[in-house]
Parts: sequence; C-alpha cells; structure tokens
Amino acid sequence: MRVLQSWSVRIGGAALLALLLIALAAPWLGTVDPTLFDAASRDLRPGEAGEITTLEGETLKHVFLMGSDSFGRDVYSRVVYGTRVSLLVGISAALLALAFGVILGLVAGYVRALDGPLMRVMDGIMAIPAILIAIALVALWRASLPTVIIAIAIPEIPRVTRLVRALTLSIREEPYVEAAVALGTPAGRIMLGHILPNTVAPLLVQATYTCAFAILLEAILSFLGVGLPPDIPTWGNIMAEGRVQFVAYPHNVFFPGIFLAVTVLAVNILGDGLRDTLDPKMAKRV
Amino acid sequence: MTILRVDGLTVQLPKGGDRPEAVSGVSFSVERKEILCLVGESGSGKSVIAQAVMGLLPKTLPVSSGRVFLEAEELTAASEERLRQLRGARMSMIFQEPMTALNPVMRCGAQLDEVLREHTRMGPAARRARTLEIVREVALPEPERMLESYPHQLSGGQRQRIMIAMALVLEPALLIADEPTTALDVTTQAQILRLIVELQKRHGMGVLFITHDFGVVAEIAHRVAVLREGRLAELGAKLEVLSNPRDAYTRMLIRAVPTLKPHGRGADDAAPVVLRTAKLSKTYTDAGWLSRNRVVPAASEVSVDVRRGQTLGVVGESGSGKSTLARCIVRLIEPTSGKILLADLDLARMSARELRPLRRRFQIVFQDPYRSLNPRRTVGEAIMEGPLNYGVPRARALERARRLMELVRMDPNALGRYPHQFSGGQRQRICIARALAMEPELLVADEAVSALDVSVQAQVLALLAEIRARLSLAMLFITHDLRVAAQICDQVAVMQQGRIVEYGPAHEVFRQPRHPYTQALLAAAPGRDFAFGG
Repeated sequence: MRVLQSWSVRIGGAALLALLLIALAAPWLGTVDPTLFDAASRDLRPGEAGEITTLEGETLKHVFLMGSDSFGRDVYSRVVYGTRVSLLVGISAALLALAFGVILGLVAGYVRALDGPLMRVMDGIMAIPAILIAIALVALWRASLPTVIIAIAIPEIPRVTRLVRALTLSIREEPYVEAAVALGTPAGRIMLGHILPNTVAPLLVQATYTCAFAILLEAILSFLGVGLPPDIPTWGNIMAEGRVQFVAYPHNVFFPGIFLAVTVLAVNILGDGLRDTLDPKMAKRV
Repeated sequence: MTILRVDGLTVQLPKGGDRPEAVSGVSFSVERKEILCLVGESGSGKSVIAQAVMGLLPKTLPVSSGRVFLEAEELTAASEERLRQLRGARMSMIFQEPMTALNPVMRCGAQLDEVLREHTRMGPAARRARTLEIVREVALPEPERMLESYPHQLSGGQRQRIMIAMALVLEPALLIADEPTTALDVTTQAQILRLIVELQKRHGMGVLFITHDFGVVAEIAHRVAVLREGRLAELGAKLEVLSNPRDAYTRMLIRAVPTLKPHGRGADDAAPVVLRTAKLSKTYTDAGWLSRNRVVPAASEVSVDVRRGQTLGVVGESGSGKSTLARCIVRLIEPTSGKILLADLDLARMSARELRPLRRRFQIVFQDPYRSLNPRRTVGEAIMEGPLNYGVPRARALERARRLMELVRMDPNALGRYPHQFSGGQRQRICIARALAMEPELLVADEAVSALDVSVQAQVLALLAEIRARLSLAMLFITHDLRVAAQICDQVAVMQQGRIVEYGPAHEVFRQPRHPYTQALLAAAPGRDFAFGG
C-alpha cells in the first residue's frame, strides 16, 4: 500500500490505533469504575495511593496514577474511559456529517435546479459559528450522547457538502460520465456508481479533519457545561471540574488536556498524510 | 559550423519504468542554418533530449553518460550558474502550450523586458526599442498594444509568436522548439512554421525541432532524426528519410501517416438516412447578474444527413462548432433550435425520460482515451454498463463484451482489468467496444483518433472503417485533421464559426474545394505536397 509509506500516515495511524485500543481495553487497564468516589481520597496528587469505595460498599486500595478530583474520583480511570466517548463522538459525528454531506453534495452538484437553493441553505448554516449551533441544538434537545453527536455533526454538513459538490461539478464534465449518460445510465446510478467512487480520496481526508474537529467540539461543549451530563466521564467534563482548582491541582486539567491534544494532533497528522499520498495536487497547493 | 553536438547521450529512468533508460546512446548534431527535426511517438524520449540540452532535466532523470556541446562548450560539465547564463542568451526553447509557458499575471511586454534585464546591461529605452523590434519581427500586428496585453487576451497563435519573440530576443545560436504548433489550428500552424523558417534563415540559427507530425517534418526539416523508445532509429537528410527510409520502424511510421488524397470509395447517396439534422442551432448565453447577457452562437442552422454504412466527416478548426454539433446530436447538450431526426423521431425537444429508450440507437466515442473510462471500474463493467441498463441479462452482456473485445482486437480475458493497465490506443478500442455494445445504428466519433500516435491512429482508423462496413453503421466523424478525414469519410462538411461552409462527397471537397475557407485549410495542411501512406 502506497499510503502506508507515508510517515505521517504511520505516526498518526499508530497513535490513533493506540487510543482506540485504550478505549476498547479500558476496563482492563488498571482502572476502576470512573463514577466511583471516596470522600477520603479527595484531591490526591498523581501517583498517591488511597482507597475507593465500590457501589457494593467494598473499600479497595487504589493507586491514583493521575491523582483524584475534588469528589475523590480516579482521574486516570476517568481519562481512560473518556477516550471512549471522545472517539465515539468524533467518529460518529464525522460519519454522520459525511453521509448527509455526500448525498446533498451529489444532488447539488448533479441536479442543476437544486444547486442554488441547497447551497444557499448551506451558506446560511456556515454563517453561524459551529459552536453556537451545537449549543443551541443541545439546549433544545436535552444533552445525551446521540443528541450531542447530531448537534456536532450538523454544523459540519455544509463543509462536506461544499467539497462533494465541487468534486461532482468537475467529475460530471469528465467524458466517462458523459459516456454513461449516452449509455442510458439513470442519474442515481451515475451519481453513486461513477461520481461517488472518484471522490473517495478527498472525502477521506475531509473525514479526518471533521473527526478531529468533532472531538474538539465535544470537549468544548462539555467544558462549557452544555455537552454531555457531568456524570459521564469525558475529557471536557474532567477539565471543567478541574478548572476551579487548576492552580492548586493542575493534574485535573493537565492529563485530559494532553489526551485531547494528542488525539486531535494524531487525527490531523493522519489527514495530512492521507492528503499527501492520495491527492498530491491538493498537497502542493497548501 | 556545428552549433549543437550530442554525443552518446544516455538518460536514466527511475526504477520500475517500462524501460531502464529514457534516452539510450543518442548522438546527433545541429549545424548552423539548419533545422533538425526530432521525430518520434509519445514516450520516445524526444522531449527528454530537449530538456537534457537545456539542463532542465528533473532530478529523477539523471544523465548517466554522454556529452552535450553547445558551440564547443560542454553543457554536461557546465555549472548551474553558467547554464542559466546560456539559457535564453545562446540557446532558448519554445513549448507546445504558450498559455502555460507565459506568466498569466504579467504583461507580455514586461515578460520580454525581463529577459533583456536579466541577460544584458541595456537601459530601459534600449530595452523598449529592442522589445518593439523583436515583436515586429515575429509579425505581430500592433506591437505596442501586444506588449501591453496579458497572455489571455491574445490568440493561441499570437501567444506562440510572443514566446518566439522571447526566445529570439537575445539572438541565440540554438532554438529548441518542442512541438510548438501541436496545440494550434492548422492555418495558424502554417503561419508559425513559416515564421520559424524565415527567422532561422535570417539569423542563421540552428533549430532543433521536436514533433510527432511527419507533415510538419516534410514542411520544414533539413535533416530528420527518428527516435524509437529512446534510441535513434534513423538519421539523414529529409528527402532520403521520407521517401526512402532504411529503417523498418521509420517505414512503418511513414506508411501510417494518412494521405490527403481521399480514398476511392464514392459516397452512396441512395443509402437510407439514419440521422438528419435540420437547421440545428446551439447558442450559449452567458447570463450575468449585473452585466449584459453575452450570446455565443456555437452552431448555427446545421443541416446534415448521416447515411447507413457511410461516414460523414465534419472538419473544422477549434471553435468551429463541430464538437457542439456532435454533443447536440447525441443529446449530451440541448440544442437551442432546429431538429434532430432519428428515423422520424425528433430528438431535439425530447426530455431525458423520452430519450432513454432511444439512446441505445446512437453512441459516441470521445477524444481523450485517458478520461473516457472511469478509472475505478473494470473494462468489463464499462462495456457491460449499457446493455445492463437496458435489461440485458448479465451472462448475455458478458458474452457480448467478450465478443466485442475480439472485434476490437483485444484479449477477452482482459475484461477484469482496470483502464490504467492499458495504453491510449487500447483504451480507445475499449471505448469503441463500449459504444458498440449498445448495437447502435449511429456512431459519433468526436476527434476519436486525435490523441493517438500515428501508428496507433492508423490501426484505430482501420478498425473503425472495418466496423462500419461490417455492421452497416452510420458514422459521424468529427476531426480537425484533414488527412484523417480524407482517409475515412465518404462525405465531408466543413465548418467555420458554427456554420457549414462546404458540404459534399469527400473526393469532390478534397479535389476541388469550392469555398475559400476549405481551400485555405487544404493549403495550410503541413506536408501536403508529400505523398505519405502506403
């Protein structure tokens, strides 16, 4: 595979793979239930030992690798479990935005009559900052995992739509598309069978950027307290709780922050690598 | 006196190419006052030689052995700085596409001025005088206005003249011309060729002229070097090489060049009309929001008949509306007015839904074999797409595809492969097979052989003629190349600015052209006095 020869793809991909493994293997990485707390173990420094009480009332000895927060919860467990939420939100939001964006973009690019109306709506959505749309939508629906994913995906749809429309406009002029028209191929099959497969490379690149942005946006929403409910461990929630005591106990913000930065960086590096190998023309321009 | 000497030049190709070397042990020289034509098909290494001489080879193509001398100075040993001084001053180059060779955001005058500023110590006034002088010399009208223009404001021929002016402003000893007329229309080509010959005589330059077109060779060369896959196949005086080639490959190439003499077969006016256009027009309107609408008539009142088993050729220069006509007829675009009659059905006004059942009766083959096939679909899928659209069962469609591959002389077992695994000529065969899979009555070929090398072109032309005869196809053949038209057409329509100016049996149009434009076209065809072909 040519793609795997790029160092950006290798590094970004390896980092993401590691994060994915962490997310999947969270219960076996020396974590405890991230919602457990113990008043005796409040505000521990990273590496300090303490105890934690399970739901059954058992008290366990536990080493707080990343310290504990002001409720006595294990930051390490919360950060590791937070990886699940972040990746889930990032990937689902990217897929959702992609699904809608691809359909709308194909239609706008191929059906001349719908191009104007569709794109004006997209322009309208793009004119509002993504974070405002997301906040408004979450406020409207009540925060839960699916609503947050949808709220993050919606402001991303216009970006994907614009990309797919631009690609469609140029691909539809290719002689092989005209040949398909001459062969009597119906419009739907031309869009899905001829145009869509030729947009895959740039779409894949766009998908990584969308994913990175979705992860970031989820963290921002949680940090602002308008995202997922505080009992769900997300990096944004952990940082929001740690913010108050940041000067005294920086580890509450520091560790989830590191994870967030590394994740977004890994996704972006992967995207850059994909762009360079799949779409050399685009790479030169940037 | 020898101006350029190339001695055993070998240029390495990167690993994994189709051959180890781009150019292998090529030796030749260009004398003062001489035009040496370097001829070869695509991939023969002719442009690589030009780049090697100019010192412009990319790092991936290193010169591995051999030496190049310009007026006794060894270029292969010269420093980058010395090469930079020599380029433009002692040797210069013109390219195929002047639009991309000129800077689009700089006025032509400023670009010419830059050459003088970089290489001489002339003052502004002297530079201005020299610029005007050279622009006059390349016979550009209104030199002052030309110098004030941006490249996009000029025509293709004018741009190429500016390029020539830039190349010659420092009076170099050697001019390298890399396919300088390939992108131009035939009448413009004739003018540019005449200009190059004239300037070469006046200044006593040596010219290394790279081309794929034997017509051009016949027109301007003193000596000819024929390249094949990076090796020199033959080198000799023009007449010797063209009329008495010693090398088998050269012989094959020259035999493949279509002659301007029309083929013997007369047009059959009794054959039934398959498709008739009546006053077909297509007008493009540029509807501006704030500006006035711009109306461009691309085709006006075109009336032609295409008959069963016959080929109607539509010839014309770029912008004459011939492709618009083809695309209207197969209804890829909607005509503005007029009729397209297939039997007695008028296609011109039909909706996409009404057209669908009729589409199988007319098919089109495009110019660019590299873009005519979806890169992500196998050849088999491409050929079967049409029949499957019309409900032919998969097994039958596959069987038909295999038969068609044989018909176009390809291996039926190649159906599972992807387009990038085939050469341009093979892809064009696949496109023909794809069109034929619909069992059409009418086949429209829109410059279908124009992008092909001459030997491949001859094969595809022969294939088209054979298929037309065997399947009694009506064929509409769009081309800018009069030689090709002479070989394949029974009837010819000559288009100029959207109108048909002459229309008649091919042998009449070619032997006794009536319209002045047809006469001009025929007179401009390069190498018209030379009898090519077998």
